[in-house]
Amino acid sequence: MNENAKTNEKGAIRKALENFGLPRLIITGFLVLLLILAPFVGADLPTQISNIIARFSWNGVLVLAMVPMVHSGCGLNFGLPLGIISGLLGATLSIEFGFTGGLSFFMAILIATPFALILGSLYGWLLNKIKGGEMMIATYVGFSSVSFMCMMWLVLPYKSPNMVWGLAGKGLRTTISLEGYYNQVLANFLKIEIGNLTIPVGTILFFALLALLMWAFLHTKTGTAMTAVGSNPVFASAAGINVDRIRLLSVVMSTWLAAIGILVYEQGFGFVQLYMAPFYMALPAVSAILIGGASVNKATIMNVIIGTILFQGIVTMTPTVMNNMIHMDMSEVIRIIASNGMILYALTRKTEGSR
Amino acid sequence: MNEAKTPLLEMRNISKDFFGNQVLADIDLTVGEGEVIGLVGENGAGKSTLMRILFGANMIAETGGYGGDVLINGKKVEFSSPFDAIAAGIGMVHQEFSLIPGFTTTENILLNREPTKKSVISEVFSERMNTLNRTEMSERAKAAIEMMGVRIDPNMVISDMPVGHKQFTEIARELSKDQLKLLILDEPTAVLTEKEAEALLDSIRAMSARGIAVIFITHRLQEILSVCNRVVVMRDGYVVQSVDAADTDVAQITKWMVGREVSQTPEANDKKDLSGGKPILKIEKLWVDMPGETVRNVSLEVMEGEILGIGGLAGQGKLGIPNGVMGLYPAGGSVVFDGEPIPLNNPRRCLDSSFAFVSEDRRGVGLLLDESLEWNIAFPAMQIQNRFLKNYLGGLIKWRDEKAIREVTEKYIEELAIKCTSSKQKARALSGGNQQKVCLAKAFALAPRLLFVSEPTRGIDVGAKALVLQALKRFNRENGVTIVMVSSELEELRMSCDRIAIVSGGKVAGILPASASVEELGGLMLSQVI
Repeated sequence: MNENAKTNEKGAIRKALENFGLPRLIITGFLVLLLILAPFVGADLPTQISNIIARFSWNGVLVLAMVPMVHSGCGLNFGLPLGIISGLLGATLSIEFGFTGGLSFFMAILIATPFALILGSLYGWLLNKIKGGEMMIATYVGFSSVSFMCMMWLVLPYKSPNMVWGLAGKGLRTTISLEGYYNQVLANFLKIEIGNLTIPVGTILFFALLALLMWAFLHTKTGTAMTAVGSNPVFASAAGINVDRIRLLSVVMSTWLAAIGILVYEQGFGFVQLYMAPFYMALPAVSAILIGGASVNKATIMNVIIGTILFQGIVTMTPTVMNNMIHMDMSEVIRIIASNGMILYALTRKTEGSR
Repeated sequence: MNEAKTPLLEMRNISKDFFGNQVLADIDLTVGEGEVIGLVGENGAGKSTLMRILFGANMIAETGGYGGDVLINGKKVEFSSPFDAIAAGIGMVHQEFSLIPGFTTTENILLNREPTKKSVISEVFSERMNTLNRTEMSERAKAAIEMMGVRIDPNMVISDMPVGHKQFTEIARELSKDQLKLLILDEPTAVLTEKEAEALLDSIRAMSARGIAVIFITHRLQEILSVCNRVVVMRDGYVVQSVDAADTDVAQITKWMVGREVSQTPEANDKKDLSGGKPILKIEKLWVDMPGETVRNVSLEVMEGEILGIGGLAGQGKLGIPNGVMGLYPAGGSVVFDGEPIPLNNPRRCLDSSFAFVSEDRRGVGLLLDESLEWNIAFPAMQIQNRFLKNYLGGLIKWRDEKAIREVTEKYIEELAIKCTSSKQKARALSGGNQQKVCLAKAFALAPRLLFVSEPTRGIDVGAKALVLQALKRFNRENGVTIVMVSSELEELRMSCDRIAIVSGGKVAGILPASASVEELGGLMLSQVI
């Protein structure tokens, strides 16, 4: 009896571990280790935790943008830069039209929306043509759109002196300060400050709202259809579902969330970054959701939250701790190993059969 | 033939099960040198599995090996891969071609066994750098082709060839192997024209005269009788008959193939009287482009409230009918349901007209393997009929009603005796029979007026079979739902259906009452085989 219970317990623990996943376990362990080490190497723990929370709030929406496409079976959205570009268009146009303060953030979302819908539809149409190779094509859609916009940022007739190059008077700068526009608009809402610990409640609430909407959507009829399409497109089509339309919807949703995501990121970071900046935005988001325990065709809101905290935790903690310990900048190396390793791991886990 | 000598091949007591599902039992098979054996049996009788064991196919070892012994020339062998089997002198021509389309006949015949010439480079590096000896290659290919007694161009590229020539190329490849002693031909004539088939039969005779034994699998019984020394009939994983071809005829073989208890006709009182019924579904001039199951010209009337069985051999198009009507494969023709024309190639419209379909491809089409049973059962009804949903904001938001979904799932779990740990269990975790029940529950939940069921008992064990068939029958009798049931198992159709339509060569060969004899139905099955 007793032994039975013991083995049961063992089985349960093993199962819980399996569910949690070895890579996630290692990463959590690593993060905990960093947090324990931090005070010993002279870093202030509350500041570090504030940093993690802040970065979580900036990046949460970008990671959330992965969810719809994963559900519809389009895989991980490596084409995130396309949505980001829509967001950047919204941001720059909002500033160009002279909106300031909180209104500029709202207007940026409003202006970014039609761009996200149009670009997302085109992108979704393309992905419907190449079923099975979505992630590969998505990567190149992202990359090429970034390169295309590198030209456009120079050519488009922006006039606002806050954004264009000082000497030439035309062409957008690589980095645009949001001081006076929507810098910290969400973060300062209901902000909590206790000593060195700061919590940007507004940003977290905004993320929570979007996450709640996503969760709710997945519980509706259409959301259910989206999950079914990702789980078995033939089954869905035999149940009378227009598979292509659902996939298109998921891509548009993902693109729009990416546009909102980058605006949230900017309001926290304080700057709009143009040109090559969006190029590198997809990989952190992809690896964050994977670290959170999502697979290529299954993802939950919980995966998003856990993954973003773990990934951003490592990104924030490694520089501080490592630099203080070995007086050498190892942070970037570790970040790249962790994020790319995670993507590699998830892709080898991909089960083609059930897609 | 050479009874005194050790036979070329002896299979003793072969048995095989797939995860507890017995597919072969007590198989004894002896093949002498130069003997031609005709192996016949319904689909699923175990012919292919038996041949796979003989040929050392990987899937056999992967699924737990087999029981019994295989002896070649009196010596026990155990092939771990087809390469071992080839080395031991066994050749196999599969139903599907394994040829390289861009290569010529010669190149395909001698692929990876090409005679080579040494050159300076290969002396220095390795034998892999040898060049091909083209003249010898073409001679050997020609010799192999001549052995079959047909004329095909050794320099023609495979992709330019008619199907028949491709088939001959495959056989020539096997013949060109010097060690070949036994050749297995798996339905080689299925793709051939009559004339080509005749040529093939001649070449089989020629091979036999050279001392090569042949195991010949086909559905064309006439061919078996004209070329084979002995006929081996398999049914449900057993060898039921092994007789000299001279002592039997087509009718007798058909009976052995299909008849379980031929004498026992299904109870007559169980059948419905259809005389007063009106046709509810009219199919006219239907064609369906379903790979491997082409429907050429089917016209069919289904009576209201009946169970219509559709039978026929594999590849003759019986599966194409439901798949085509339901819009899963490109189709043409006209379908009229209860006076209303149903557009083809549009699954949604069929479902809206309250059709339901249980696909033969359970894992591919029928189930969401990675989702819960609740989702599997409720999903189509939710999407098509807006059931199991709660409406908010005047129907703008359609929220999943988890409680209703669980209730309906539990109802069907109980009704159909689905074995599972809970309604939240993933469909993947269930056994084949229980998965099939989930598929039925899914269709029942739609409350259809017309239900297509395709191969409802394929790949499930005997106990589950009976349950599934009972459930279908009850659904028909109690709810008055018209059912069209497609199955390769004639006996199952005779037990469950009111009428049976036999499809042969993509057309309806005839419709008989379920009480018709096995011989009659079997005859229809083979009547227009192409």
